[in-house]
Amino acid sequence: MYTEYDTGYSPTGRVLMSVRHALLALLSEGPKYGLQLRQEFEARTGEVWPLNVGQVYTTMQRLERDGLVASDDGEEPGPQKSFRITPEGGAELAAWLATPPAADVPPRDELVIKVLVATRLPGVDVIQLLQTHRRHLIETMSRYTRLKEDAAEDDLGLLLVTDAEIFRLEAFVRWLDTAQARLRHRPPPAADPAPTPASTLAPTPASTRTRRGARAGR
Amino acid sequence: MTPVLELRAVTKVYGSGAVAVHALTGVDLSVNAGEMVAVMGPSGSGKSTLLTIAGSLEQPTTGDVLVEGTPLAGMSAADRARLRRRHVGFVFQDFNLLPGLTATENISLPLELDGVRARAATAAARRALDELGLADRAGAYPDELSGGQRQRIAIGRALVGERRLLLADEPSGALDTQAGESVMRLLRDACKRGAAAVLATHDAQLAAWADRVVFVRDGVAVDQSRPPAGPESLLAAGTEPSR
Repeated sequence: MYTEYDTGYSPTGRVLMSVRHALLALLSEGPKYGLQLRQEFEARTGEVWPLNVGQVYTTMQRLERDGLVASDDGEEPGPQKSFRITPEGGAELAAWLATPPAADVPPRDELVIKVLVATRLPGVDVIQLLQTHRRHLIETMSRYTRLKEDAAEDDLGLLLVTDAEIFRLEAFVRWLDTAQARLRHRPPPAADPAPTPASTLAPTPASTRTRRGARAGR
Repeated sequence: MTPVLELRAVTKVYGSGAVAVHALTGVDLSVNAGEMVAVMGPSGSGKSTLLTIAGSLEQPTTGDVLVEGTPLAGMSAADRARLRRRHVGFVFQDFNLLPGLTATENISLPLELDGVRARAATAAARRALDELGLADRAGAYPDELSGGQRQRIAIGRALVGERRLLLADEPSGALDTQAGESVMRLLRDACKRGAAAVLATHDAQLAAWADRVVFVRDGVAVDQSRPPAGPESLLAAGTEPSR
């Protein structure tokens, strides 16, 4: 969720869609204040998905505009403004829960693109690049595994979120392993008379950078 | 602190001349008490050879192996066997429990082989079963236990007595995700109580339980991970590169 190894979510697109429906789900239990929505959202996602309070209010304004939630009349936006779900919001939530996630996104993952590019560039040690990403993925998996190890047995939200992240990251490790096996059988690339200096292409794990969507206030 | 296990420039070559196979080349590894190190690599990378050498089941071609500071080179076969019995526990993917013995007997057997009286060995095995959450399965035979229960018994057997070095080769390879996780939690608990563990695996999920991952390719330790930062690092919104 906080790495660039993300295949599905984009900071401005699907994450916000998920937040939108997660907030609707919270309101389906009864009216809630903005601050309360933020706290409950974080608690139920195992607190590994920090939500900016501004994100909550922006999302609530859009939901209200679309007629999916209603707020107490006359109150200014703020922590004490209470929201409730409308029948239209309930229908939207039910439809969203049953909609399959978009598993057919085009293969444009950043890690895949980096490796594809690296295989075409002269002077890049692709095997070393794969190992750099593999190590970084395992280190990230280790952090999630610690989180899972320390989680209370009944903290279902946290256990489910950490499991999901671990499986997702593992898929990339397996892909790197397969890529490495395929590269072993590849003939060495032809020498380039004027190669691009490989030193300028030193591998930097993508996820060492912060995504915009991950910068929410903590 | 003396490492529980230390490998210094360990090389293992099978055969010689044109048909020589270099299973390990110049591997250094040091594992402290309380630490779990995963050795990760594809099949044929040398990780199982590394474990068998660490556990003195095989001798390195060159290089040194030290268990609790004692070099294995120069020890007699009988002394190495004694060291294995007293200090080293093995856990394998296929459990290696003796089918004709109960859970209790499987755990107490190595103690008895080491000269512990039967009654004391049985009492130690019962305590181990209790800690494994398997007290009610004490009299069960291996074929009456689930895969996860069998592997927990195998871990109990590997740790019973004063053994401080645990060598595990794909310990949850044959188990489903949840049973595998409970095996890894057990290994982590053993480390928290002071054991040192080396885990050979190709599986990233298993390796992620370790404090450190050593990546092995073609018999060479090519890289290693850093110990995991605290979980709070997952929440940090910092922009500093981590490496």
